[in-house]
Formats: sequence, C-alpha cells, structure tokens
Amino acid sequence: MVDDNMTLTKTNTAKVKAVEPDFDDEDTTPPIKPGKEREPLRARIEDFSFFYADGFQAIKNVDMPILDRKVTAIIGPSGCGKSTLLRSLNRMHDLYPGNRYEGRVILEPEGENLIGPESDPVIVRLRVGMVFQKPNPFPKTIYENVAAGLRVRGIKKRSMIDEAVENALRRAAIWDEVKDKLNGSAYDLSGGQQQRLCIARGLAPNPEILLLDEPTSALDPIATAKVEDLVQELSESVTIVIVTHNMQQAARVSHRTAFMYMGEMMEFGETQTIFTNPKHPRTENYITGRYG
Amino acid sequence: MPDNLIMFIAVPFGLIMAIYLSEYARPAVRETVKPALEMLEAVPTVVYGFFALLVMTPFLQNFIPGLKGINLLVPGIILGIMILPYVVSVSEDAMRAVPNSLREGGYALGMAKWQVATRIVIPGAFSGITAAFILGMSRAVGETMVLAVAAGQNPNLTWDPREGAATITAYIVQMSLGDVAYGTTAYESIFAVGLLLFVITLAFNVIGFYLRRKFREAY
Repeated sequence: MVDDNMTLTKTNTAKVKAVEPDFDDEDTTPPIKPGKEREPLRARIEDFSFFYADGFQAIKNVDMPILDRKVTAIIGPSGCGKSTLLRSLNRMHDLYPGNRYEGRVILEPEGENLIGPESDPVIVRLRVGMVFQKPNPFPKTIYENVAAGLRVRGIKKRSMIDEAVENALRRAAIWDEVKDKLNGSAYDLSGGQQQRLCIARGLAPNPEILLLDEPTSALDPIATAKVEDLVQELSESVTIVIVTHNMQQAARVSHRTAFMYMGEMMEFGETQTIFTNPKHPRTENYITGRYG
Repeated sequence: MPDNLIMFIAVPFGLIMAIYLSEYARPAVRETVKPALEMLEAVPTVVYGFFALLVMTPFLQNFIPGLKGINLLVPGIILGIMILPYVVSVSEDAMRAVPNSLREGGYALGMAKWQVATRIVIPGAFSGITAAFILGMSRAVGETMVLAVAAGQNPNLTWDPREGAATITAYIVQMSLGDVAYGTTAYESIFAVGLLLFVITLAFNVIGFYLRRKFREAY
C-alpha cells in the first residue's frame, strides 16, 4: 500500500513538472463533482466562487449539497478555503469591503439565493447561525449572552426569552452547569463551557443552519469530546456545517465530508466512503497524512 | 455646578464621536481626525477662557435672559468641549480594544451595525469609557484658566448657572496674590481648599485608573 502510494506520487510529480515547472505538486486530477443526493437538502451551493478584496480567488467553482438535519464536515489543509466557504454561507465576508461572491447558495425549500443581490446579509445571518474558532462570549451575563439573538429579533416578552434561554442552554448541554449562575459573567466560565455557551447563543433563535468554524481548536480534549457529542445530538434537530482540521473529528461527527484543496472542492461524499475509500488521489494523500 | 454641565456636554458628544471614529469612520478618516483631535488637547486653556468670555457668553445672552457677563454656564459648556478630545481619544482606544471576534459574534446573530456598536462595543469597552470620562472630568475640575476668565473671581456659593463664581483653584490664586495677611483665617483657608481639591482629583484619578486596569483584563 505504502509502496503503491510512493510510485503514484513520483510519477505524478514528474508529469506535472513537465507541464508546469514552478508548480511542484504531484497531482492534476480534476475535482470530482458531488453525485446526486437522495436525502432531503437544506441548501445547495452551486458553481460558487469567492474573491477577496485584493482579487485573490479563495474559492473556485464549488458545488456542494448541505443535507437537512445532518452534519456536513469540510476538511482540508490550512489555507484551502474551508473557513472562507463557511463564512460565505452567512455572508460574514460582507463585513469587509471589496469581497465578492459568484454563483449561488440556494436555501431549501424556498429556493432563496443567499448570496444574490436581493438578499440582505443581516436577514441571512438571522437564518444561518455561526459559532467561531475561539469562544467569543459577549461581556455580559450568561443569560444575556443567550438572549442576545432573541433581542435582536425584537422579542421583548420576558417569559418567552426565559423559556428560549433555558431551552437553548439545555440543547447545548450546559444548562446543569450554569443554571445557578445565569446572572454571572460569561467570562467566569471555562473555555469549553464558553464554547458551549456560544453554541447555545447560536441555537437560541432557532437558525435553519448552524455553522461551526473549527469549534474545538481552542479547547482541551475533554471539552472537545463534549462539543463533539453535542454536535451529534444537535444534528437530529438542526442542520450543521462544521469546518475542522481534525480528520478524526470529521470522521466521528459528520454524515457527509467535503475535502477542499487550494480553493477547490476535490471530493464530496459519505463520510465513511471519504475516509475508507477516497476516489481522488489528493483526498487519499490528505487523509493518510501526506500533507496538511 | 459646572461639573454637571461638563458631563452633560462631554458624555453624549464624546460617546457619539468615539463610536463614529471606532466603528463607522473609514481608516483614512480616522487617521486624520484622531491626531487632529489630539492636537486640540494642546490648545492653551486661556484661549478657551477668552473664547467663553468674548464669543460664547455674548452669543448665549441673546437666548438666555438674565445671563450675566461672568457666569458658570458658559465655562461649563466650554470645559465640556475642552475635555472632549481627551475623552474621545481614550474611549475610542477602549472601543478599538474590543476584539473583532466579539463584533463578528454580534453580526453572526444578525445584528445591524448600530446594534453591534450599542450592544457589544459599548458594554465591552464600558470600564474604559468610564475611565475616560472620569479622567477627563478630573482634568476639568482642576482647570483654572477658563473659569477664572469666564466665571469671575468671586467666591459665591450658588446653584444658578447664570451667576459667576470662583473655583477652588481661582480662589487659591486670588488669595495668594499677596493681599491677605500671613496667619489669618483667609490665608490658612487656601491650604484647606487646596487639600480638598487634591483629594477630589485624587479620587477621580484613582477611580479612573482602577477602571482602566479592570477593562484591560476583560478579555
């Protein structure tokens, strides 16, 4: 097996070098487009490209289905554009001037194009929640952190907010740890608790999709395990897209996995297939630890 | 009395300007306005004093009946404006110290820009903003020239902003000019009021620095 891979790498390197001398990569197999999904979709990314303000194209013609109430993982080496793709889904790039989208991100079942000129980024973010790499609780009480998303939506009734806050904290599996100190500062929690609090904050307004951007990269192994359990539980009720550079994590928590490389989506498929029987040579190189 | 006026001017305008500079202004605008603002801190206070006496007071006398030529209202307003550059500059630093990840967290919940500014940036920078106002305030309280010129030299215990009154510092200057005899009550009183002034500004500074340290440890 190892020997096979070595020869594959060598021959491919030679081939590429002959064609494109300063591109010292070993493979030119074109990306494999995702096949047709039988399961219900929550969103479809179609022919999607993203350009940063300086003209750099970070995402190249990506097609990807996002399954309803399933976990979709995006993996790939650093700088491959996986976070950029995730942040496109709730228009975070609109916060910085000059960034440009092309293609479509269709939210099902309405068929609304999230990145179309007619859709308002603020409204998109009301529908697509996000949890960040580093826990970023607001400098407020635990209660107010979770309630923030509800207040933005103009909910004022105390009883409704109380109920939604408790519900979100329970879904984020942190209720028992914080129920006695809801009025304490969110900064008094540990890192792992803060991250689950941020997940609760994202869940409270009932988003249609929850985006997780390397949610465990700043956490210790125990806190990571808790967040992973949580992600699996949540996938029964909410659609989740998770970016991770931890392949074991993707294998553990996701139903579908997308592998990205240099802004292109090389392969997309069932998580088990991607990890046991990848079709694209780059995917295989990545999951066998050849680079990344 | 002028202290209330100072805050009445400095708090709303200071906050609005700081939010504009830290959240809304394009970098080019911020980089020109902020040094210009900091330069205003170098204007000698006697200039503010004569501006109050010769421009603002006659102007406001058109609108406010009974406003005397020497009064507390105008120096209060002018002092509020005078500490603005300092207050804006320090609170803007505090707001910019709020990490971008918090702002993004707010936007990700669907907040609009003004909501991020009022619900996340201001609470996040709260202790820094408070410190800015308290330090600015203690500067205004210790200020002599503006009030000496525009509020007069008459020690007068009044709450009417249209009247004139001497500040503690103006009183000390007046008493120590040499026309009070050594050892009299009037002579001794300048040390008492001096101590009082020292305690007031020290209290403001201690509170200000305490809050400033606290906000640095927030994230």
